[in-house]
Amino acid sequence: MSATIIYDTSLGRTMSRGQDRSVAGSAFRAAFPVALPVMTSFVVIGFSYGLFVTAKGLPGWFAPFMATVIFGGSMEFVAAAMLLGSFAPIETAVVAFMIQARHMFYSVAMLKKYGFGGWKKAYMVYSLCEETFALNPAFDPPVDVDPEGYYFALSLMVQLSWITGAAIGGFLGPVLPFDTTPFGFIMTALFTVILLEQMLQEKRPLPAVIGVVASVVCLFVFGGDSFLVPSLVVMTVMLLLLRRPIEKGGIE
Amino acid sequence: MTFEEQMMLIAICSIVTIMTRALPFLIFRNGKKIPDTVEYIGKVLPVAIFAMLVVYCLKDVEFTDGTFGIPEVLAIAVMCAVHIRKKNMLLSILTGMIAYFLFLWLIPIVL
Repeated sequence: MSATIIYDTSLGRTMSRGQDRSVAGSAFRAAFPVALPVMTSFVVIGFSYGLFVTAKGLPGWFAPFMATVIFGGSMEFVAAAMLLGSFAPIETAVVAFMIQARHMFYSVAMLKKYGFGGWKKAYMVYSLCEETFALNPAFDPPVDVDPEGYYFALSLMVQLSWITGAAIGGFLGPVLPFDTTPFGFIMTALFTVILLEQMLQEKRPLPAVIGVVASVVCLFVFGGDSFLVPSLVVMTVMLLLLRRPIEKGGIE
Repeated sequence: MTFEEQMMLIAICSIVTIMTRALPFLIFRNGKKIPDTVEYIGKVLPVAIFAMLVVYCLKDVEFTDGTFGIPEVLAIAVMCAVHIRKKNMLLSILTGMIAYFLFLWLIPIVL
């Protein structure tokens, strides 16, 4: 890792001294085909996120903005929905923490791989999402490519494709010649498929059942504006109490 | 909500997210092991959270009036059926959206 950072104006990005352009180029070239499937789906889902944001009546630029500063798909959808409710900073923080907490496990898994330091690592920690996490262990960089630059290229291309999709959706949403309100259903579709996918992989129905029961009960008790935090508390307690039956495979 | 309040909420989401990503690099730097209970919760909580988020998405659907939530329920059913068969997330979401638009137009005609 080099301590001195220079700014390369011709490329518009900072580069470590001693690392010439062709090396950076080869890292991007090597990472591109690996990242392509994720990039494709990120452009599409990012685009739908942009449509979602404008369908909810928020300004279009909120989509690429949140894609940049938050960069967590589920969180961004929930954040957009919460921007329409009443101002509740503490609830937002708790919900954000619970939704994003899983990232801690990805970070733990990447501890060794991201063993280097500097601004590249800082960016990679910042932009670590499940898809990047899923890409990294399976595809080690080719021997002739600098691993640091390779992982950085992967992370950057994945996030940029998400931001690009969100920007296109955000700016296109308001000019579409028909009512875009039904695009609000994108969030429902996305979360339902993620839930289903997790259930198919886990083969344990109990955690999902607990999630539904806890949140439906809390929805009726606390109302639609403030049931998320109580739901999270109730389901965490239930998951801890029911640990034994859940780990045995739960109720089949 | 004012623009400033919206920006504040986005900042909160951003900071909390960065925290969850960076914390392990600060805490587990020296090869400390993750506590067993934390590992267990990390495995089962995400599923429960996404179940909650689905409830969150559907909380404003009117089940007793209008289209009675039929377009939503049918679209979800179609989408899940497609996903179980094809296991392709993008395809499932796309199918779900098309089904939703279709039922949204069809159900009021049928009712």
